[in-house]
Amino acid sequence: MGTHNHHHDYNFSEQYTFAGTAKIVSLVAIVLGVAAVGYGLYTGDTMRTFANLLLMGYYFACVCAAGAFFIALQMVTQSGWSAGLIRIPQAMASVLPIASVILLIIAAGGIYTHTLYHHWTDPTLFDPEHANYDKLVAGKAAFLNIPGFFIRQILFMGCYSIFAFVLAKLSYKEDLAGGLGSYKQSFKLSAIFLVIFGFTTPIWSFDTIMSLEAHWFSTMFGWYNFAAMWVSGISVIVVILILLKKAGYMAWVNENHLHDLGKLMFGFSIFWTYVWFAQFMLIWYSNIPEETVYFYKRWEPEYKPWFWLSIVINFLAPLLLLVDRDAKRKQNMMLFVAILLLCGHWLDYYIMIMPGTVETDRGFGLLEIGTAIGFAGLFTFLVMNKISKHALAPKHHPFLDESLNHQI
Amino acid sequence: MSNTKYILGSFADPDDLMHGIDKLQANNISIYDCYTPMPIHGIEAKLGVKPSRLPIAAFCFGALGTTLGFSLLYYTMAYDWPMNIGGKPSLPLPNFVPVTFEVTILLCALGMVATFFYRNHLFPGRAPRVMDLRATDDRFIIAIDAKENTDHALVDSLLKEAGAVEVKYNERKYVSYE
Repeated sequence: MGTHNHHHDYNFSEQYTFAGTAKIVSLVAIVLGVAAVGYGLYTGDTMRTFANLLLMGYYFACVCAAGAFFIALQMVTQSGWSAGLIRIPQAMASVLPIASVILLIIAAGGIYTHTLYHHWTDPTLFDPEHANYDKLVAGKAAFLNIPGFFIRQILFMGCYSIFAFVLAKLSYKEDLAGGLGSYKQSFKLSAIFLVIFGFTTPIWSFDTIMSLEAHWFSTMFGWYNFAAMWVSGISVIVVILILLKKAGYMAWVNENHLHDLGKLMFGFSIFWTYVWFAQFMLIWYSNIPEETVYFYKRWEPEYKPWFWLSIVINFLAPLLLLVDRDAKRKQNMMLFVAILLLCGHWLDYYIMIMPGTVETDRGFGLLEIGTAIGFAGLFTFLVMNKISKHALAPKHHPFLDESLNHQI
Repeated sequence: MSNTKYILGSFADPDDLMHGIDKLQANNISIYDCYTPMPIHGIEAKLGVKPSRLPIAAFCFGALGTTLGFSLLYYTMAYDWPMNIGGKPSLPLPNFVPVTFEVTILLCALGMVATFFYRNHLFPGRAPRVMDLRATDDRFIIAIDAKENTDHALVDSLLKEAGAVEVKYNERKYVSYE
């Protein structure tokens, strides 16, 4: 009988050093972000500032949550291919507690300054005697009230954070202890996490984003947001992976792993379009005023070009650029498409948030770009710092060998 | 000159088969094909098998589906008998997307299956062409064209060295017709 002779000279204990340019750039980006937010508040553009903070705070939390979802999904499906690169989503998941706290502060600040969620937080809306009484919003009061909002936010994000933190921790523990204990425990926790995550993320997005326009509702909205979250999460993994590889790390991850990530990016961009279109077409077809108001606002001249640009970047670009097999195996192409999709989903969130907050006073300038750069810097700083704390490969992962021999 | 058409090296283990391919190639013996009961990673690259052209067929059938689906909708909904449904234009493009998409997927899938069957001669009532019956069960086969590679003794010894459990000299290409 033959023997398996696979020799690997990889150093699985290698660690990333977070220093030099990467660290300086991310810190400068954070300073720029703080300056942009300070500038926005100083010039009295409070609503636009908070809308941007919500956009990036939600985007940040979503990408970290996608990291947690990624590790749980790989565990539950017993996937081997991803074992070699699992440290990247683990680092993203480890940052989720911080991202959750930031999003909570932004939401609280937005409610306190009456710039976010003002369609349902004003108490006079619920008073039948008052001139502001709004029958539709009052009917939603059992769900859409300030204590309920915060209880759900804390409950959901707290729960995701605990699971994300524990799943990453178990894998780090496995490096030291070895054995199958960590793996078996992670499998069980992941299965529980996925059920909770699947049922609560739609509600999380209803609260955080859909309630900005409290009169409007769509049952597709949760899945639409989940698709955006998942595509942007995968894109972030791709960007970090390729930059690490270009810096000479993670030699064991090759074009086969990149190909799989490319398929996920491609497939879930199509899925995003599917959900986006399902929401759009039903509303367009039935033509009920309380539903069409959402798209009516987005077809006003100040939003319409951006509305269509979002479809071009998030659907047509990945469709045409990644459909070819070889494209998914090329680092530079994948890096380009991943960055493009990250910009595209910023625009996607922009189209979701701005018409419900700043409405026709739309802006795109220092405030938008500065806030985005600031959060990107914060994310880079926290995630790369986390990555540098542990070995880049889970050396005792039971499927690590499968990942090394992965071929598609 | 013998009547041997093909020499078949029969292996019990996929790693031995891969080893056998290396040995034959190192001695400049061309391999006709390999037959294995399961996919083996890396065998296509080793044998220099060209990527399948099935995706091209898939694209063509998909494009045909898009055209047919859209034409049907256009003819019935906008050209032959335009109807006012909910005040929408008689050419309501967003409405056409689901049906056009579904017909695209349907023709793409059926077309790919048909192309695959046609290319592999898999028709109802057709006996499949198999060079060694156990290649669909528990044996890994390397087939060598005996007319092209005349040094049969060398082939035999290389296959056995690599760990072939059996070397067959077949006078006909396919054994599955009887």
